Amino acid sequence: MRRFTWFNATSLTLGFVFLYMPMVILVIYSFNASKLVTVWAGFSTKWYGELVQNEAFLDAAWVTFRVAVFSSTIATVLGTMAAYVLVRSGRFFGRTLFSGMIYAPLVMPEVITGLSLLLLFIGIGLDRGILTIVLAHTTFSMCYVSVVVSSRLVSFDKSLEEAALDLGCTPMQSFRLVTLPIIAPAVISGWLLAFTLSLDDLVIASFTSGPSATTLPIKIFSAVRLGVSPEINALSTIMIAIVTVGVISASLISKRSVVRQKQEEQEAAQS
Amino acid sequence: MRRFFLISAPYIWLLALFLVPFVIVLKISLSDTALAIPPYNPTLDLTQGWAGFKDFLSKLDFENFVWLTQDDLYWKAYLSSLKIAALSTVLTLMVGYPIAYGMAQAPDEWRPTLMMLVILPFWTSFLIRVYSWMGILGNEGLLNQLLLWLGVISEPLHIMNTPTAVYIGIVYTYLPFMILPIYAALEKLDSSLLEAAEDLGCSRLSAFWLVTIPLSKNGIIAGCFLVFIPALGEFVIPSLLGGSGTLMIGKVLWEEFFSNRDWPVASAVAVVLLLILIIPIILFQRNEQKAREADQ
Repeated sequence: MRRFTWFNATSLTLGFVFLYMPMVILVIYSFNASKLVTVWAGFSTKWYGELVQNEAFLDAAWVTFRVAVFSSTIATVLGTMAAYVLVRSGRFFGRTLFSGMIYAPLVMPEVITGLSLLLLFIGIGLDRGILTIVLAHTTFSMCYVSVVVSSRLVSFDKSLEEAALDLGCTPMQSFRLVTLPIIAPAVISGWLLAFTLSLDDLVIASFTSGPSATTLPIKIFSAVRLGVSPEINALSTIMIAIVTVGVISASLISKRSVVRQKQEEQEAAQS
Repeated sequence: MRRFFLISAPYIWLLALFLVPFVIVLKISLSDTALAIPPYNPTLDLTQGWAGFKDFLSKLDFENFVWLTQDDLYWKAYLSSLKIAALSTVLTLMVGYPIAYGMAQAPDEWRPTLMMLVILPFWTSFLIRVYSWMGILGNEGLLNQLLLWLGVISEPLHIMNTPTAVYIGIVYTYLPFMILPIYAALEKLDSSLLEAAEDLGCSRLSAFWLVTIPLSKNGIIAGCFLVFIPALGEFVIPSLLGGSGTLMIGKVLWEEFFSNRDWPVASAVAVVLLLILIIPIILFQRNEQKAREADQ
């Protein structure tokens, strides 16, 4: 008895207008010829041209990209291990502390995480740069990865692993041949989540970066503190475009794999 | 051996980069401020072993915490953060519930698209989403231009650099966190219960109040915590949209650290913020636990 009423249609429309209008305006004004961001003076792509020539932004983008690749990859390995331990290992010494440390960073204010990591790096005399940002990003994003992967591990049939072991697989083989292919979609989405979290992060990177390594969000933040600028609009548009293409293609891929899985299940049931 | 490695690698990583840093924050919050680099006098000297620890215990002082209670700035900032976080959670609920409800009522074939439309902003840079409001809310911003053009107002509204802008920013950026858990709860709702209510003489509105809302309670609670907890320590939104007119503790901590370079006080601010957050975090986990048990 689901009824899609006028009220529902209106609230959905208004809701999505609210969610998307600011970003649409941002994209439109990135093509504005005027330096004044609130006055429309005709179509132009000159801000994109200036952006490509701005070395400071390009350097920052390169730093951000490297940090995101390294930190999300390490975080995926560690996060998957942590998820496996939490779901499969039963009791071990300090389990409560371990699961606490996995969930705590998810709700921790970024200013506190950033401050505490900076004080650690200074305490042990580690120079702040790309390495320290990677360490910091790995720490909080591995927790997100482990939450995503463990929800997949909980739902899958443990007897498949046991069957592989009975048939003579070593534990490592059974993990590689049975477990990993089944949890692969969760591991990939965990990696993507870690990657975007790292690309986005301003607060923790500000605490843990040194003068030698400035990330894109830090650059954007210091630029927009002074007000709206058309160059930042252009940069934002590029970032929005990348995310949109990424999310839509990821959802198409996962939709296709769901369809294929259903087909295979049907075929298996018929034979 | 394999199991040992599997457990110890993430364990040691989190101990070294999550737990130890907190102990350091705690330690520095109990230190004296000094004009040096690093700008504090450590009160705990572990190189001296047990004697150093005893020395530390005898010199333990809560000077920085006392300072927090004496200076108006800090407790005003805590109170104002609590107020802003609470009020914007209520506002996000009021905006988010109708959207989640609309999604749950929508035809099945629309749902994946609607879901993606809610999740997409979540993947887009937080900073950019906050920034996008700067061009809209300013004195010469698009909202004021529109309202002036429509003749609704004769003078531009001052929204930018006021708490109102912060509320708008928080509602906007955290909306997906509110919509998704409520939608998850509404989707599971057994619609025959609503039919039963209407058969028994409930109007549609009272069936909504008496059946739908109570059955989506867990989603509402989860959504509220998911907005309230991060909003309390928020830094980006108050510093870009709130200006000097808005006091929030995340911003105070940042300025204490980067501008005033008073690390012990910044650490004490962090410790107190964490103590305040522990209550909602524990309540949130209880709610999650209850929801999981109800599912089984």
